[in-house]
Amino acid sequence: MTAMTASKTELAANRRDIRPGRIIAWTLLFVGGLIMVTPLLFMFSTSLKTAGQVYDLRLIPAAPTLDNYIKVLSDGRFMRWFFNSTLIALTVTVSNVFFDSLVGYTLAKFEFRGRYFVFLAILSTLMIPTEMLVIPWYLMSSQLGWIDSYWGIMFPGMMTAFGTFLMKQFFEGVPNDFLEAARVDGLNEFTIWWKIAMPMVVPAISALAIFTFLGNWTAFFWPLIVTTSKELYTLPVGLSSFAVEQSIQWELIMTGAALATIPTLIVFLALQRYIVRGVMLAGLKG
Amino acid sequence: MSSATVTEEAASGRLWDRFSIKTKRVIWAWTFLALPILFYAGIRFYPTVQAFWLSLTNWDLLRPAKFIGFANYAKMFADPLFWKVFQNTFLYLIIGTPLSLVISFVIAFYLDRVRFAHGLIRALYFLPFLTTAAAMGWVWRWFYQPLPVGVINGLLGSLGLEQQPFLRSTTQALPSILVPAIWAGLGFQIIIFMAGLRAIPSTFYEAARIDGLGEWAILRKITIPLLKPTTVFLVVFSSIGFLRIFDQVYNMTSNDPGGPLNSTKPLVLMIYQTAFSSYQMGYAAAQTVVLFTILLVVSLLQLWVLREKK
Repeated sequence: MTAMTASKTELAANRRDIRPGRIIAWTLLFVGGLIMVTPLLFMFSTSLKTAGQVYDLRLIPAAPTLDNYIKVLSDGRFMRWFFNSTLIALTVTVSNVFFDSLVGYTLAKFEFRGRYFVFLAILSTLMIPTEMLVIPWYLMSSQLGWIDSYWGIMFPGMMTAFGTFLMKQFFEGVPNDFLEAARVDGLNEFTIWWKIAMPMVVPAISALAIFTFLGNWTAFFWPLIVTTSKELYTLPVGLSSFAVEQSIQWELIMTGAALATIPTLIVFLALQRYIVRGVMLAGLKG
Repeated sequence: MSSATVTEEAASGRLWDRFSIKTKRVIWAWTFLALPILFYAGIRFYPTVQAFWLSLTNWDLLRPAKFIGFANYAKMFADPLFWKVFQNTFLYLIIGTPLSLVISFVIAFYLDRVRFAHGLIRALYFLPFLTTAAAMGWVWRWFYQPLPVGVINGLLGSLGLEQQPFLRSTTQALPSILVPAIWAGLGFQIIIFMAGLRAIPSTFYEAARIDGLGEWAILRKITIPLLKPTTVFLVVFSSIGFLRIFDQVYNMTSNDPGGPLNSTKPLVLMIYQTAFSSYQMGYAAAQTVVLFTILLVVSLLQLWVLREKK
């Protein structure tokens, strides 16, 4: 109700601005937006078609069926890869939220000799591309037996300079008075960080969490290198190997691609506002 | 219970209590940083040094690494494949970055003024950013297939236009791979541009209108100059993305990675094949050092451009 009245007054206020140019611009933007999602629509549409209908390029399937999904999901591989990706992305996200915040807070709110040096050292790792580190990581993983294990996939991303920098920027905005008051109350420094400072930077934490999760969920290069057995593939790596196997059975490949896409789309629809705000926050501060 | 805890604390805390408040905080700080410092030293700095070292060796996973000086670099700079790959990598950059920035700026500029169904349109543009490059690589690969499978050739056929080979052509394959790469990044760039546009104080625009500037003059003299930090950030961010392109190429050309005839092979794919198909680890490490140098130059250019402004 309130939303409706608000949009009504907005419309009334904007009525003066409605000119042919605006309508054309809106239409072009809308058509452009439809073109943007066309690949996704075709992917879903083909995943609902039978092998015989694939050559029918109409967007709406003549006789939609979930057979492809049943077929693809039946041997359990996709469920396993889905589980792997979720577990890995969640663990790495929790680790980043904890450590990046802790380090960002320490660098923002403690005074000690070497603080600036530690900050610069961490920041400088932003300049090092992952691709340069994969060969030493591979060597390290094979020496320590981390090849083909969850830990092997996760360890490079457990902390990031980007997250540390983002959190430091936000902790700098937390007033010292609150922290001093907690200190007078006799709380220890860890509790002050966890109970007082962290709740004050929740928007930054959610931005960091969303980015870390999405980045690890879609990660391809390192998981491709460090995994050898199918049981440990992440969803993108598994999908890639599955698609190579199917070769020309496009309806099954599209079903696999849809299965890899659906979870992020659901998360997006649920968290759209936070994600957009998070991108803005990260983009402006970083 | 509570009195026992107090005496226990007093006993163990005797040494601790002797420290000044300032010293205590320094100890806390280093306690918080201990594990992260180990992480950054072991997982970031040591491997970096090691990559440089390996680039000077002939390590191949089987025999222990032997120092061979700059032989890997000499081999690389004499290898026509490297120069082909180098050229491809910069083609991705030179076509991808300007194109994606111009498109995303135009969309952001107009979308920022749209009120009606703003959230819906923004979502349409943003959705592709949330997809997995590996999955979308296959969707686009299917789009580019010849008839009767390919959607784009089907569309061309129904419009009476000539069929195109796309991924099967040495000249069309690279741009064909760039399209999904640009497509997937647009939503992010649009959101960042819109944030930048909103950060420009409206007083600037009001003053310009009072001075009688037209829309085009306002865009050129106010919006674009004030948007410079945002633009520089996006130029660097997307440049680094295109220089590191891998997922799309790997998935769209998996039957002949980087093909046809290496016409789509970027540096990261060459690194991957050298290291994990031919197991020439030393040679691959030398290629990663080249990638590192290119990315470093791009990042330093950003710092230089931003500093000059002040």
